[in-house]
Amino acid sequence: MSSALPANLEKGTSLWKDARHRLFQNKLAVLGLLVIIFIFSACFIGGPIMHKMGIDPNKQDLSNQFSGPSSGHLLGTDQLGRDLLIRILDGGQISLLIAVLATCLTVSIGIVYGGIAGYVGGRLGNTMMRIVDGLLAMPFIIIVILFRELISARVEIAGLYLTDHWDWNRDLVIRFSNILPLLIAIAAFGWLTMSRIVRTSAASLAQQEFVEAARSLGLSHRRILFRHMLPNMLGPIIIYATLTIPSFILYEATLSFIGLGIEPPNSSWGTLIKEGANFLETKPAMIYYPSLVFSMTLFAFNFLGDGLRDALDPKAAKD
Amino acid sequence: MLRTILHRLLQTLIVVFVLVSFTFIAVRLIPGNPFADEKAMQPHLRERVAEPFGLNASYPEQFGLYWKNILTKGDFGLSTSLFGRSVNEIIAHSFPISLTLGIFAMIIALLIGIPSGVLAALRKNSMIDYGSMIFAMAGICVPAFVLGPLLQLWIARNFDSLNVAGWERPSDILLPAFTLGVGVAAYVARLTRGGMLDILSQDYIRTARAKGVPTFTILRRHALRPALLPTVTFLGPAFAAIITGSFVVETVFQVPGMGQHFITAVTSKDYFLLQGIVLFYGVLMGGANLLVDIALAAMNPRLREGS
Amino acid sequence: MRIAKALLTLSTGLLIASCENRTSVEKATEAGILVIGNSNEPKGLDLHLVSGVLESNIIRALFEGLCVEHPSEDGIALPGAAASWSANDDFTVWTFKLQPEGQWSDGVPVTAHDFVFSYQRMLHPKIPAKYSDMLYFIKGAEDYNKERNPDPNSIGARAIDDHTLEITLRGPTPFLPEITKHYTWYPVPRHIVLEYGKIYSAFTDWTDPGNMESNGPFKLKSWNPTHHIEVERNLHYWDAKTVSLNGIRYLPISNTYTESRMFLDDQIHMTYTLPPEMIPYAQEHMPEMLRQEPYVGVRFMRVNTLNKALDDPRVRHALAAAINQSALIDGVLRGGQLPAHGITPPFGDYVTPNAVNFDPEKARKLLADAGYPGGKGFPEFKFLTTDRDAGRRNAEAFQAMWKEHLGINIRIEQREWTTYLQRQYDADYDICAGGWIGDYLDPTTFLEMWIKDGGNNNTAWSSKEYEAKLREAENTADAKRRLEILAEAETILVTDLPVIPVYWYTTNYLLRPEVEGWEPLLLNNHPFKFVRLKKN
Repeated sequence: MSSALPANLEKGTSLWKDARHRLFQNKLAVLGLLVIIFIFSACFIGGPIMHKMGIDPNKQDLSNQFSGPSSGHLLGTDQLGRDLLIRILDGGQISLLIAVLATCLTVSIGIVYGGIAGYVGGRLGNTMMRIVDGLLAMPFIIIVILFRELISARVEIAGLYLTDHWDWNRDLVIRFSNILPLLIAIAAFGWLTMSRIVRTSAASLAQQEFVEAARSLGLSHRRILFRHMLPNMLGPIIIYATLTIPSFILYEATLSFIGLGIEPPNSSWGTLIKEGANFLETKPAMIYYPSLVFSMTLFAFNFLGDGLRDALDPKAAKD
Repeated sequence: MLRTILHRLLQTLIVVFVLVSFTFIAVRLIPGNPFADEKAMQPHLRERVAEPFGLNASYPEQFGLYWKNILTKGDFGLSTSLFGRSVNEIIAHSFPISLTLGIFAMIIALLIGIPSGVLAALRKNSMIDYGSMIFAMAGICVPAFVLGPLLQLWIARNFDSLNVAGWERPSDILLPAFTLGVGVAAYVARLTRGGMLDILSQDYIRTARAKGVPTFTILRRHALRPALLPTVTFLGPAFAAIITGSFVVETVFQVPGMGQHFITAVTSKDYFLLQGIVLFYGVLMGGANLLVDIALAAMNPRLREGS
Repeated sequence: MRIAKALLTLSTGLLIASCENRTSVEKATEAGILVIGNSNEPKGLDLHLVSGVLESNIIRALFEGLCVEHPSEDGIALPGAAASWSANDDFTVWTFKLQPEGQWSDGVPVTAHDFVFSYQRMLHPKIPAKYSDMLYFIKGAEDYNKERNPDPNSIGARAIDDHTLEITLRGPTPFLPEITKHYTWYPVPRHIVLEYGKIYSAFTDWTDPGNMESNGPFKLKSWNPTHHIEVERNLHYWDAKTVSLNGIRYLPISNTYTESRMFLDDQIHMTYTLPPEMIPYAQEHMPEMLRQEPYVGVRFMRVNTLNKALDDPRVRHALAAAINQSALIDGVLRGGQLPAHGITPPFGDYVTPNAVNFDPEKARKLLADAGYPGGKGFPEFKFLTTDRDAGRRNAEAFQAMWKEHLGINIRIEQREWTTYLQRQYDADYDICAGGWIGDYLDPTTFLEMWIKDGGNNNTAWSSKEYEAKLREAENTADAKRRLEILAEAETILVTDLPVIPVYWYTTNYLLRPEVEGWEPLLLNNHPFKFVRLKKN
């Protein structure tokens, strides 16, 4: 615990402040953070502004296909004459939302499940982990298809109820209601790895003195787990969560590749790239623009994640 | 030790049983008929078609028969999408291909990942660090279904000795293995870099450095082996992931492996083939994890007590 | 052990491969082997059990029917397994004289008994033959198949002697020779089928390489699932001197973009298809290799008439007239398809009624007449399509056109193939994409499917009048009059419009110039025995 402590900790800086300092030393991680901020604002602020300006992502113009960049279409138009930029931004909303929400879900499930398995340990904890191992072999495509069939229709009824009775924006509700099956399916698969990470750190924490002390004080298990152990597990969790987001964006794209993506005419980065890849020989702009944004985002998240790992917990790299 | 292993094996089998049972139910819950195609089935034919596969029985009966055939005859049933081919035959035929591809992909991943990781750790927060990590990370930032076609277009089309796709010549393995391997290379590089940084900060390495021992000698003699431990533990699950996740690469490069069968089995509701592949994957994953745990326990006596 | 060996050969092979300078396709040409993309792994090779186009591509090389396709002209039946044939006056009884030299690939003679056996097997109540209705032209076939008559000898196919086959039909069928080109009418080797099972055993091993014997220009050499199927010259074929190819290699390349790239990299002689994005590229870079040919098939959408709003012919005509077919073809499909103004594609002397044309004015008026002026009050409905790229492209275009011209909102549902089909059969959709490829060159192949309980109807629409017309045509021996009656039937169909035709298919594919004897054919059933490879 002590040998790796950097010298500047002696000045009495807090762990978090120190971590921030180390993070900012890593230029790539800082760049990643800036790119992420940029992409998020472009998608979630720029996109709606373009909508307000009257640029419709689904407006087709079959007489104006594959036009190059122009003042009307900054990145040109796609195979159906739709503005490519707004489709990339709207697609980003979907992809990022799926990834971030799925990460939140996996982190919550992972903390509870992995935390309990690690804290309880013994035979029960081991069995819980064997279940995780087995589920990793689950054909997640089936889960997507199943959820789409079982959930979609019901979500839609609920969504339409909201639009009819509470006057919600119909397009928006429809757009976001059909990410739900994808979201659940990705989360159903993603929590497994999260649980393993949490379990590893929980298992080592459970044997430390302060947990022993809390136990001997007669605190409830729930209190020990969430009040005392959780804050100490935050480091690896945050790191892993940052690295999970890009892998979920990639999942979404892979699902789109096998035809299980978001419902047309809406776009996600996955569907844009999948369709764009078909134009590799003929209209490479269709694939280059979306992949560029996509890969940039993924790089940014990965570098930020690695930077956080270096800064927060140099030893977590072992996981 | 032996008892623990046996115990783990039993647990794995139970998990696989649950997994296959779930698949059994899930695939039947999704609307769709394994025999459907554009030419509609006349009503009087529906039962006739399902008969040779035993699919006219009730679900519990089918379930019982499925497990009975596996346990008594080792028979995983007949594929419905490839009329009359047994699932055993399909897996026996396609798994060696996926395995070969996986081994090559793994080698490529290590060849890219370990040097990148070591370089990055030696020059932390320098341009070399950033450069080698960007290189290693390309695989998890560019989807395989983009990287694959790009390689086909940029490389295969320009080299006569490389085919765009197919599984005819020995050289055909290079591009798919590379596409599959770079996806893993990023993780290998990351783990190697982390492990390396950890070791490089240890006192004995610092001492050696202070004494003026050349970097390369330090690496070879002292640092590399302990630094690679986290990478080694990762190899088991990574290998299983390569095998089960190869369907995109197999489709893009027209490799006749298990991944393609898996996708076909899902989309065409090939019940027995899907159950068979899930079962196989489950055993594979369980086996990989077990091997890793045994290896870990052998290397680290403290963990042996814990689990 | 197998793996270690594979690794070893692979690594040594890498060295050898780098010294190679001829392309795969050049080597294949030299060896007289035609290498073609065949889209997917065939479900099987038992011609009684399969029903797809890609299976038929292989079966056509292995087996031969009574008549075979002319290499370059439609509607001509050349002698195949039958050397000659004749019919009685009203075309209800046909007599086929088989080739006296006809042999299976193991040297056993092909006899009329093989044909009778084959038809009895396909119609057997225990054989799951989806295409059995292709034999319903034969008298008694339907009754036996549907277990109304248990006697297989009641089927109107009889072997008069070893080389004379007499077929009695349920009605006048002047175009029977055309039908016998379809693989459902091919013979199976009785001695082989019975060696591996009973007449009614499905899924036996008789189609495995080494077991199967066939009567066509080629025989099965090897079958490596999801890898390739290879056929080689059949030395016992009666017309072996005509056959030029030494073999054909079928590659199940499911990704069409990969297939095109393999073609461009000189790995295959011919692609199965060419995706729309690649068509302009091919037009620019290799016009001499691009083939765009008419194909008897129609793309349409089924309308579920159980849906209240859609159960109004005016609404359906409005939806049809709002689709700009030419814009779709030129802008999205790019394959030179034809705008479909009726269901049956153009061929022969049949005149398809002209019912559907792009006319946004008329479309809006019709919709207003139906009670939804400007699309107001029209319920949002769903458009069911497949998860393939083509399905998505078309659906997005329809969606935008209906929105623009009618002010109607639709949702697109993409489902994977089997789920899509199931929902269609269950009539669990509002509007659903669909298509049909003719089995033979006669309008009935497109019209019979819309009868009540026809299996492929699925629109809940039916018309007694329409079916009466079809039955009337069935009993008309005069070819011209018959086509007129069928056109009247189709007029009834397109007036009600439970299916909205969109376009008539073309085939788009790439073909290398050294492949000769591969001419445009409407059914795309190219006879491999006439195909040649020009060697340099």
